[in-house]
Amino acid sequence: MKTPRLLPALLLAALGLTVFGGCTSAKLVRVQPWERATLADYTMRPDRDPLATTMNEHIYFSRESASGGRGVGGSGCGCN
Amino acid sequence: MSPRNTLCAAGLLLLTGFVTVRAEMQAGEQFPALDPSVLVSEPVPATTGKVTLVDFWASWCAPCKASFPTYAQFHAQYAAHGLVIVGVSVDENQAKFDAFVKQLAPPFAIVWDAGHQLVGRVKVAAMPTCFLLDRAGRVRFVHHGYHGAESGQELRREIESLLAEPPPST
Repeated sequence: MKTPRLLPALLLAALGLTVFGGCTSAKLVRVQPWERATLADYTMRPDRDPLATTMNEHIYFSRESASGGRGVGGSGCGCN
Repeated sequence: MSPRNTLCAAGLLLLTGFVTVRAEMQAGEQFPALDPSVLVSEPVPATTGKVTLVDFWASWCAPCKASFPTYAQFHAQYAAHGLVIVGVSVDENQAKFDAFVKQLAPPFAIVWDAGHQLVGRVKVAAMPTCFLLDRAGRVRFVHHGYHGAESGQELRREIESLLAEPPPST
């Protein structure tokens, strides 16, 4: 009989509906594609300052002991 | 709980949590009239009986800027054959809208949806989005984004196919 085995899954789904059901509500505040002027502003770019980016990358690869930082796929040999 | 049931439950949870209702205007629907009372323009172009390309753009949107030269070419080539291009700005800042229009000086009609009333009805899913309407005002093609020459060729093919269609019988 398959019904008892499905019961936990259905209960979990029902719980999910209860918890996440509100996520689909149209009343939630959503930034629409035509309202993204502020998000598209240059000042919102994380890499807008080349010097700060270079320094952050240096800190990152020094801390991680892996040359190349985020931009290069490496093996993590620690040879910096 | 078996792995299969766990997977089913996880799938249901994901669907429950992340499925959102998109209500963007689809091909086959009647596009709303360009209402002069909600659009800032002098004047709002007449689109009755014309093939119309309605492009939603903004000054902060780089692909929108890239698309304008292509639309200018379409305007030069097809306006005499019955194509009307309407660029609908969704800018919130009038100074930026004015500066953008002044800089690019598009030869086709530009209107400003200052109150976001038109775009709120159409509910575009991305910026830019352009709608190609047939002579009856129905949406026939929807394009999200602008992908350079690829988009230009696709749009040109669609515009030519719509212009070749006979006008709707009245």
